[in-house]
Amino acid sequence: MLSIKNLHVSVGDKPILKGINLEIKAGEIHAIMGPNGSGKSTLSHVLSGKGGYTVTQGSVTYQDKNLLEMAPEIRAREGVFLAFQYPVEIPGVSNIYLLKAALNSIRKHNGQPEVDAMDFLTLVKDKVRLLEMDEKFLYRAVNEGFSGGEKKRNEILQMAILEPKLCIMDETDSGLDIDALKIVSEGVNSLRSPDRAFVMVTHYQRLLDYIKPDFVHVLAHGQIVKSGGADLALELEEKGYSWVEEAAA
Amino acid sequence: MNTATASRYTAEYQTIVFALPGQALPWLKAFRSEAVAQFSAHGFPSPREEEWRYTNVSGIEKKLFSPSLDLTVSDVDAEWLKSHQLENAWVLVLVNGHFSAELSVLDGLPEAVSVMSMADALAKQPSNVEKYLGAAANHSEHSFIAFNTAWFSDGLFVHVPAKLVLDRLIQVLHIVTGVDAMATTRNIIIADEMADVKVIETYVGNDSAYLTAAVTEVFVGQNADVTLYKMQCESEKAYHFGGSYIKQARDARFTHHNFAFGGLLARSDIHVDLDHASECELNGLYLGIKRQHIDNHTRINHLKPHAISRELYKGVLDDRARGVFQGRVIVAVDAQKTDSQMNNRNLLLSDDAEVDTKPQLEIYADDVKCAHGVTVGQLDEKSIFYLQSRCVDEETARNMLTFAFANEMVDKIKIKSLHDKVLEQVLARFPQEGVNKEWL
Repeated sequence: MLSIKNLHVSVGDKPILKGINLEIKAGEIHAIMGPNGSGKSTLSHVLSGKGGYTVTQGSVTYQDKNLLEMAPEIRAREGVFLAFQYPVEIPGVSNIYLLKAALNSIRKHNGQPEVDAMDFLTLVKDKVRLLEMDEKFLYRAVNEGFSGGEKKRNEILQMAILEPKLCIMDETDSGLDIDALKIVSEGVNSLRSPDRAFVMVTHYQRLLDYIKPDFVHVLAHGQIVKSGGADLALELEEKGYSWVEEAAA
Repeated sequence: MNTATASRYTAEYQTIVFALPGQALPWLKAFRSEAVAQFSAHGFPSPREEEWRYTNVSGIEKKLFSPSLDLTVSDVDAEWLKSHQLENAWVLVLVNGHFSAELSVLDGLPEAVSVMSMADALAKQPSNVEKYLGAAANHSEHSFIAFNTAWFSDGLFVHVPAKLVLDRLIQVLHIVTGVDAMATTRNIIIADEMADVKVIETYVGNDSAYLTAAVTEVFVGQNADVTLYKMQCESEKAYHFGGSYIKQARDARFTHHNFAFGGLLARSDIHVDLDHASECELNGLYLGIKRQHIDNHTRINHLKPHAISRELYKGVLDDRARGVFQGRVIVAVDAQKTDSQMNNRNLLLSDDAEVDTKPQLEIYADDVKCAHGVTVGQLDEKSIFYLQSRCVDEETARNMLTFAFANEMVDKIKIKSLHDKVLEQVLARFPQEGVNKEWL
């Protein structure tokens, strides 16, 4: 589904990612872990098309297409979803409107008719219940005045409704209390499917207790220094990041 | 100061003064003469005056706009008129500064309420007008006020007696149709003790260059409630001066919604005097495109203790448009326990758009709560990216954020028919495809 080859990315003159290689197949969950400043967020931003980064070398292929050539909204319509580390407040634009506009853009992109208003409402309300959210959130402005946990839940709500193929989750667990983490994890687990892949970027191992990854990669100094199975996360939890960084150096 | 131009206007004045209402009233004649003298001594305000620093009205000086003595209304397009007229409202129509009974809708008024043209009021209740005319708007403020007193040809007069609650809106629809025409109108709104009234001033015109010079004086009686809306949708070549001067008695409430959308050069004054425990709320939205210059000048005088004021002005400026916000809050030495907040937020959509904003707090009391804030910025790139990551294309994302920014002020209107009318005007100024009401 996603193939990252020798990806080098800079911000200004400063190289951040220095040759990332990663193959992700449908149905897989990959966790990308690493210390602060290792380039984790840069990777998720570059995949979703945020401005301000320069790709100096390498390629990213998504479903046999060059992902880096697409505008952010085209990536989103093609099924790439970024759950933000810091979801943005959009005063004046209602949550439900954004959901509907997003869903309809995807349908239009795929040559489908707009969603029926009643079907849409039923779908949204189902997902709201799944994430144990208050229906009132739908009619409030996007993320405005939401608590940290509510914002993260709102990201997963959008993901559940838009049904993306590639979900990139940027530090979804940071700022969540244990109850919210459980709800968010259940939401994500319910979305696991053989034709969907997840990339979970996280500093903490805790999230991986609830969402079990197939692969764990350790990012340090802009490179993947170690890859392994779910056990690697436990080892990192026990020993910290320094041993992998040293081993790589 | 340009007294040469002033003398052109005053010379012409001698030829039209006979046609102005109230000529038979000695007090008004004297008041007008005093105003003419004041205007000819000072001319129009100059950018050297602090309150006019950012707004140069020399365009008005260069042209000689002339008052219209022709009272025919045949050239007012009925459909166009209807599009600006509110339903379920009493509507007083002024065409080129003259009341048109034919176009107005004033039937079914409660007997105790006066809603009439200023000329009518001067004929039917001159002593009542005498009591209020010039009691809130002061000639010494600047010469547009003196100009208005001298030249006004008509206007709206509203007097709501004590305890009466008017549930219908009163609209004064101000239309200018003449080329190089000038419409000078004076409005007076009086709400006696515990009365409740809502008035909307609508300013529209044809495509030509013309001058509107309107002054509205509002008197909010003890524990009374007045809401004043202003829809300024003048033509893009027009000059507009509109001043609202409000005096609030003890415990009185006043709300102003100022929508400044039109005009080549438009200036509004909103000055409020607050008595003991009275409250005022000033809301404003200005949208400038092309080479428009839109100036809003507010002043809130906290004269007595325990009064509350809230002010929020938002501006969206595109192309080479220029916005000006000057907001002054003055807290007198007696006005302890004053609670005041003033905010001005601006969105600049192009590199050539400009805003000059100057909030001022002058506090002479020592036990008060006053805050003010200003922002000038562009659309937030983080918000645009967030919307893009949710499938919205960049242009639509920009329009959506701009519209949402402006719509906060439209949403403050609780009367649905009026809300929808204003929204229509806002949407008309976002001509981009895909901008729609559903975003709300």
